[in-house]
Amino acid sequence: MIRFTWRQFRVPAVAAAGALLVLAAFALVTGPDLARSWSATLTACGRAGDCPSATAAFARTDGVLAAALGTLVSLVPALVGAFWGAPAVARELEGGTLPLVWTQSVTRGRWMLVRLGVVGAATALATALLSLAVTWWAAPLDRAGATRYATFAQRDVVPVGHALFAFALGVTAGLLVRRTVPAMAVTLVAFTAVRVVTAFGLRPRLVAPEQHALALDPGSTGLGSAASPSLLLNGWFNGGPSSALDPATPPMPDAWILSTRVVDGGGHALTDAVLDATCPAVMARDGAPPAVPGHVPVAQDAREAFQACVSRIGATYHEVVTFQPSGRYWTLQWLEAGLFTGAALLLAAFCVWWIRRV
Amino acid sequence: MTNDTVIETDGLGRRYGRRWALSECTLSVPAGRVVGLVGPNGAGKTTLLRLAVGLLRPTAGTVRVLGDRPAAGPAQLGRVGFVAQEAPVYPNLSVADHLRLGAWLNERWDRGLAERRAARLGLDPHRRAGRLSGGQRAQLALTLAVAKRPELLVLDEPAAGLDPLARREFLEEIAGVAAEQGVSVVLSSHLVPDLERVCDALIVLVASRVRLAGTVETLRRDAGSRSLEDLVVDHLTPDRPASDRPVPGALPADAEREGRS
Repeated sequence: MIRFTWRQFRVPAVAAAGALLVLAAFALVTGPDLARSWSATLTACGRAGDCPSATAAFARTDGVLAAALGTLVSLVPALVGAFWGAPAVARELEGGTLPLVWTQSVTRGRWMLVRLGVVGAATALATALLSLAVTWWAAPLDRAGATRYATFAQRDVVPVGHALFAFALGVTAGLLVRRTVPAMAVTLVAFTAVRVVTAFGLRPRLVAPEQHALALDPGSTGLGSAASPSLLLNGWFNGGPSSALDPATPPMPDAWILSTRVVDGGGHALTDAVLDATCPAVMARDGAPPAVPGHVPVAQDAREAFQACVSRIGATYHEVVTFQPSGRYWTLQWLEAGLFTGAALLLAAFCVWWIRRV
Repeated sequence: MTNDTVIETDGLGRRYGRRWALSECTLSVPAGRVVGLVGPNGAGKTTLLRLAVGLLRPTAGTVRVLGDRPAAGPAQLGRVGFVAQEAPVYPNLSVADHLRLGAWLNERWDRGLAERRAARLGLDPHRRAGRLSGGQRAQLALTLAVAKRPELLVLDEPAAGLDPLARREFLEEIAGVAAEQGVSVVLSSHLVPDLERVCDALIVLVASRVRLAGTVETLRRDAGSRSLEDLVVDHLTPDRPASDRPVPGALPADAEREGRS
């Protein structure tokens, strides 16, 4: 049964191995240069005495490539689910070949189990190698960027858990939907939904986040914040700003900032109504300017008025930063990878049970 | 259950949603014969055969094949060969791949037999199964079912899609397999002349009920001057009085052995 499963799976497996080889070759050719250039940057900035701006600049080198590779790692699990998982049973159902294979001397339960095992093992191996190559290649950039949680699902062990889950989800979808293309669509939609809920809703709560309270700084507090899908989703799951006042976050290298809120001593969040009442003159201005120095040139009097407003607010309100510290990265990695692998095993058990029952 | 029967059902039924594809079916199929299962479309032939090879689970009643529950385990699966309607094969796998598949998935696989058969039937080992003609595909599926050395061969409308020549060749193959390997065969069809060519017993199934059963010889005798087909068609009309129904599975053991020798 293992040999037969391998025979059917040979072409996609060889294609995946080829793609991995190309990627590994690329990483091996360009990776050492990137690492050398990183240590040169560190040496140079140490002599010049301005490491923060040098590392920030270094983190932007190869930005497009790093983003593309990271996206690839986070896309591959979905592709595995759609192209390896969904057809596993659905294609046999469509091709009418189940009566042929189920009347050989192998029980259906074993047929399903071996299929899940062989392709599941290939899934784990392929994504582990992919993640390893990208994690290794991008290590200097990640160290320079100091935002390790930004690439949480693109590095280390989490992609393997995601891929195993996506594969089992695909097999299950194929089993229930019974047609390959609709099953692929169901897999992609369901997996994306699970990923979004996990990234914004589950991952921050796997371990209770920490909080850090500090006074409002009139010099770095602005108004409003840029809207992006990920900010909106994060706000939805983790609480967005309660008012237009947007305090800057203190530098916390490699930490994951879930929310930055302005609250009073009783824990009540600042509202726009309070903000308007406290600083009527500032808030009346249409499209109030960002007070962060160095951005748009702002008239001196406007800036002073706004800073005075922040000081007045700061008399009763302070800033609370909710975050996951950098040190929890590996705990969260293993927890999420374990949860997804566990879910994959549950789905696999369901597939075996279902196929024996039909 | 005795050694004389290969399939025995008792009140067997299978429902799809609210529709019963087969209900209250009680019959027994004798061993050591080529038994034809005749009936109009929708009589439940395919459902019955799929229940017998374990592709379906019964909703009601029981079915025993060679004394055991269908598809009870690898050993039981190995004792029954099956060719489904349209003779499905893997279009992307070659003929040789299919024979390897048979060897990998069956303990009792007879490699020599499979290769001899494939060669005799002119099945090119390197050709993809998807590019075979309908007749060759059916022969490949039959080769897979035969080379696992089953005690019972179940064929569901095996010749339905074939042209007359391919159909005749295929039926002759079945007759040959039954004679050479002493394997019991059950095949369904709605073409009485086809069955007459290869079968030595017939079971007429109408709306899940056995309407007529007997050896081809006895049935021919009963038909008298009419053809066997006319006799069968007579029994296909659904509103026949119940008294005319023969006892389900009435194939007297003595008469069977007589007919065989």
